[in-house]
Amino acid sequence: MSDSTTITIEIDGKSIQVKPGTMLMDIADDNDIFIPRFCYHKKLSVAANCRMCLVEVEKAPKPLPACATPVADGMKVFTKSPLAIAAQKATMEFLLINHPLDCPICDQGGECELQDVAMGYGGDVSQYDEGKRVVNDKDIGPLIETEMTRCIHCTRCVRFGIEIAGLQELGATGRGENMRIGTYIESALESEMSGNVIDLCPVGALTAKPSRYTARAWELTHHDSIAPHDCVGSNIHVHTFRGLANRVVPKNNESINECWLSDRDRFSYQGLLSNHRLRDPMIKVDGEWQETDWNTALEKVRDTIADTKENSGSDQMGFLVSPSATLEEMLLLKKLANGLDVSNIDHRLRQVDFSHQNQQPKFMSLGLPIEALDTIDAMLLVGSNPGKEQPIIAHRLRKAAKNGAEISLINHRDYSLSMPLHCQLTESYTGLVSLLAEVAQSLPGFNATSLPQEAKALFDKAEPGEDSRRIADSLNNKKISAVVIGNQAINSPCYSLIEVFARALAEQTDSTFGYLTEGANSTGACFAGIAPNRKLGGEIEDRSANTTTMLSEPRNLYILHNVEPEYDFADPVVAVETMIKSDCVVCLTPFISDDMKIYADILLPIAPFVETSGSYINIQGKIQSFKGNTPVENTQARPAWKIMRVLGNLLHIDGFEQLSSADVLQEFESELSAIKADNQANITEVCVLDSVDSKLLRSSQVNMYRVDNITRRATALQKTPAGQEDAVHINSNTAAKYNLNNASRVRVKQNSTAVGMPLKIDNSVADNSVWIAAATNVTKKLGPMFGVIELEVD
Amino acid sequence: MANEVCFKNMHLDRPWTLETYQSSGGYSVLKKILREKTPAAEIIDELKTSVLRGRGGAGFPTGLKWSFMRRDEPGQKYIVCNSDEGEPGTCKDRDVLRYNPHALVEGMAIAGYTIGASIGYNYIRGEFWEPYERMEAAIEEAKAAGLLGKDILGSGFDFDLYNHLGAGAYICGEETALLESLEGKKGQPRFKPPFPAGFGLYGKPTTINNTESLASVPEILSQGGKWFVDIGKPSAGGSKLFSVSGHVNKPGNYEIPLGTPFRELLELAGGVRNGRKLKACIVGGSSVPVLPGELIMDVDMDYDALMEAGTLLGSGGVIIMDDTTCMVKVLENLSHFYMSESCGQCTPCREGTGWLARIIHRVEKGQGEMADLDRLEDIAEKVGGNFYKRQGGRTICALGDAASMPVLSFLKHFRKEFEYHIEHKRCMVRS
Repeated sequence: MSDSTTITIEIDGKSIQVKPGTMLMDIADDNDIFIPRFCYHKKLSVAANCRMCLVEVEKAPKPLPACATPVADGMKVFTKSPLAIAAQKATMEFLLINHPLDCPICDQGGECELQDVAMGYGGDVSQYDEGKRVVNDKDIGPLIETEMTRCIHCTRCVRFGIEIAGLQELGATGRGENMRIGTYIESALESEMSGNVIDLCPVGALTAKPSRYTARAWELTHHDSIAPHDCVGSNIHVHTFRGLANRVVPKNNESINECWLSDRDRFSYQGLLSNHRLRDPMIKVDGEWQETDWNTALEKVRDTIADTKENSGSDQMGFLVSPSATLEEMLLLKKLANGLDVSNIDHRLRQVDFSHQNQQPKFMSLGLPIEALDTIDAMLLVGSNPGKEQPIIAHRLRKAAKNGAEISLINHRDYSLSMPLHCQLTESYTGLVSLLAEVAQSLPGFNATSLPQEAKALFDKAEPGEDSRRIADSLNNKKISAVVIGNQAINSPCYSLIEVFARALAEQTDSTFGYLTEGANSTGACFAGIAPNRKLGGEIEDRSANTTTMLSEPRNLYILHNVEPEYDFADPVVAVETMIKSDCVVCLTPFISDDMKIYADILLPIAPFVETSGSYINIQGKIQSFKGNTPVENTQARPAWKIMRVLGNLLHIDGFEQLSSADVLQEFESELSAIKADNQANITEVCVLDSVDSKLLRSSQVNMYRVDNITRRATALQKTPAGQEDAVHINSNTAAKYNLNNASRVRVKQNSTAVGMPLKIDNSVADNSVWIAAATNVTKKLGPMFGVIELEVD
Repeated sequence: MANEVCFKNMHLDRPWTLETYQSSGGYSVLKKILREKTPAAEIIDELKTSVLRGRGGAGFPTGLKWSFMRRDEPGQKYIVCNSDEGEPGTCKDRDVLRYNPHALVEGMAIAGYTIGASIGYNYIRGEFWEPYERMEAAIEEAKAAGLLGKDILGSGFDFDLYNHLGAGAYICGEETALLESLEGKKGQPRFKPPFPAGFGLYGKPTTINNTESLASVPEILSQGGKWFVDIGKPSAGGSKLFSVSGHVNKPGNYEIPLGTPFRELLELAGGVRNGRKLKACIVGGSSVPVLPGELIMDVDMDYDALMEAGTLLGSGGVIIMDDTTCMVKVLENLSHFYMSESCGQCTPCREGTGWLARIIHRVEKGQGEMADLDRLEDIAEKVGGNFYKRQGGRTICALGDAASMPVLSFLKHFRKEFEYHIEHKRCMVRS
């Protein structure tokens, strides 16, 4: 008996209760009834073009595609009847006549959907005697290799571009046998999610260029891990070949990354294979670098630490920690710092405004589950370009936007995000705060009394435009709404003011307030107390020290964990100078570089992601642990948590008895399970806006493929258009004002630094603003990410 | 008996002008409907009475199609005319556009009124430049006369009509491919369901009719459905345009009542060229099964009789072949056409049409083998089902069926000629 919401159908004699209108394919999949398919994909629209899933339906005059046939009450379906099998085999025959039958030399061989299905439905001898079709390959960039003769025209890649990436780069041109998948005008794919077409392609037409022909699918060992480059914590499978990472593919997790992966997470593993891996501990003796053993190196570190503590005091030591370090590493570092009475420890390397640090929440989070972004009705993103910073977040928002959500942006530059946007406002970094004040001003009944003085002054001055009103209305009127501040807001010199306004807007419109933070583990860093004003466990105490104060007066000893000062700080020049001035710099690092050889004194090789075990807390507060998957051959590198453990013991500090990274977490189990990512805070202390009127202001975003030491060494990512980005962007008004209309190169001056760079007139940039990516090989010689800047013709 | 509907004004001077059209009562139906606010249901009933069946080829009852539209639901709706006349052997719509464009304008306005569409698009085959200009002129004239545009004749009914030129793809004559093309996308058919009446142009409810069907509407409503059905057969009313081409003395378009014997149509067209023997005939455009001359001669030209004889009325493109015709060569030509025109999205059609064409090409060149003939039937069935077994095709649209029907029918009726090509490596006819 079926109730009112379900109907009964029969597949292969099995009676099934289903919701009317569901497609046959989905029902078969849910009931473990196998129907072969190529064009069908659960996350893409139905194309019904491959005809592989033809099944017999009682009373239908011809076989019907299961992917596109909605069920009707009493329908009787036969997936393995003679008619169905004949239709499926016929399709297979057609697919194979022009497909090369040379699986042994195809990169997809062994993990090919066509090969698999052909085993069941293909004939052993072909009756096709005509010439086979040959199709020219296309160059679509450094990430994806094409072998278009193998294409079976399922159009999954095309639909992915339109429906998921929001950027149609691949399409079908030509008709009949001349139908070709390609970019029409040859160009590299620019979507930050482009690599997913490799997984989607059921054949060897689109394969991963970096790992192509390096190993057979069956030779690879499969390990689960967590992607370490953004705060999303995408689930991944790392495939290793003879102990080395060979490729990375997504692991399905519907609540985080679904079945998708950003290109950064997919191809960053190449960095692990870099020639610049640090293989042995090294010590600088009289200016000369010497390889040494672990005992000597660690004793040297111990002596230096003990000596500094004894002779100069704990305040002369500073720990600077990557926001992508594992939680275990962070916890042990904090214990080490506590044991040494060191409060100078920080992970907020690119942050410059710390005015409100003592009033920030215990944990910084998105404030809602990543999954919930799909169904949000309105969002205001401030200082954020998730497309490049957290591509999975952008993908979720794109889904929401396609369902009518109103996504608004307030940024230093127009970002497309490849989705319909409700509103986009741009201003220089100081002007951005005024834009927020305008949105607040347009909110009916906005209560400004609780705003700090500086913010109140901006609020009173604000003259809202039409767009500010639209944003305010959208937050106010939509049911589920959020105000989220991103990486660029956090790195802005006006961070505290941005946060005050964003919080006030969220509060007064019943919206959720949230952060999108740097690195993979900023939330974990809060918990581990990787900030001078945070205790182990995340509790905040009143302290004014921070990264900036730690660098402004050079300390005698710095311990850098997974950090490269020339790229990872707001002002790389100041950071490097400080390191050089310091007596001793100890780097825990998987890599060695020429810069490092100059400022460092002791190098300890650590095992990077994939090679070490650990955990990250992602932006929704979810702890995800992963194992160390590959022992590193030919190097002395050790998991950093083990090094810290030994150091703790060498320094006779209590609490360093752990035998595994899991033991490290064990100690904090109850605190970790009690993490409440509610972002509750009351901010009253804010920065004072410098008077920068009429000056040119630089704003920037970290180049998406240079966010950490691993991605910076991922060779294929570096060759993409985004990886090559290295220009000064100004809009045509600014160019006219500074007489730069005809310049192709400019000399950029910031503080005492100056570099020559190509100039790009780009009207996405706000007036009087100069947009330059950070963390590149050129901009490492330039001043801070945000600040006053001068341009002149080079 | 002939020229009562679409070619009604053919004998008049400059029949494509508004003046001539109105001189024979043109636009009186539209005016009457707008004046009297005729209920849509009444118009649809009249069409149902007329048993007007779609003239594009599939023969779907027009009145029934219009009744699928929920005219009173809010939102934009569209009426689209399919003037992408691409079926080989068919050129009737071209002459409707050239000589009676106002009948189409009026028919589309009436359709728009009936289904609740305020916008109409006329998708014209890319090669039809002269017809396009005639249509453009007709629309201009109608607009100037207040018969198109906002608030037509003060009735409150708005109707804008636009011509759109295609770019030379046969597949865009398939209604959903036509919609894709009209939207500016690659012309390839959509999977149905959903049908255009629910999800059509730009996702809005849309009705798509053939040029001849729409141009017949004013005359049907003027003279009554009963009058129309009486001209033809109870199962298919009216007269219909047949494009007679090939080996006849007077090739051209002929409007004759449905049910007229084939023999009479052939006589109208002046009989077989040079008094030769009729070898074969494709009666409904290149996609329908071929019939040998001796089987077609006494068949009536209507849906049921032709079906019984083993073919289809299709679009009414009558291709006459005399006894000098090499049937292998003809099939080679046809198969090459379907290979070129397959849109490429569905596997069986993309791969199968080329395979068929290549084998037939080989056979024609004398390089075939006997096994090729069974193989051709096998492939044709796998692409487009089997007309004779009443089995439908395996593809999204009917192009697969259309490509397979000639293959199966040529082999059914003229297998000996194919065998001769293989055995003697030359043509039976020209030997």
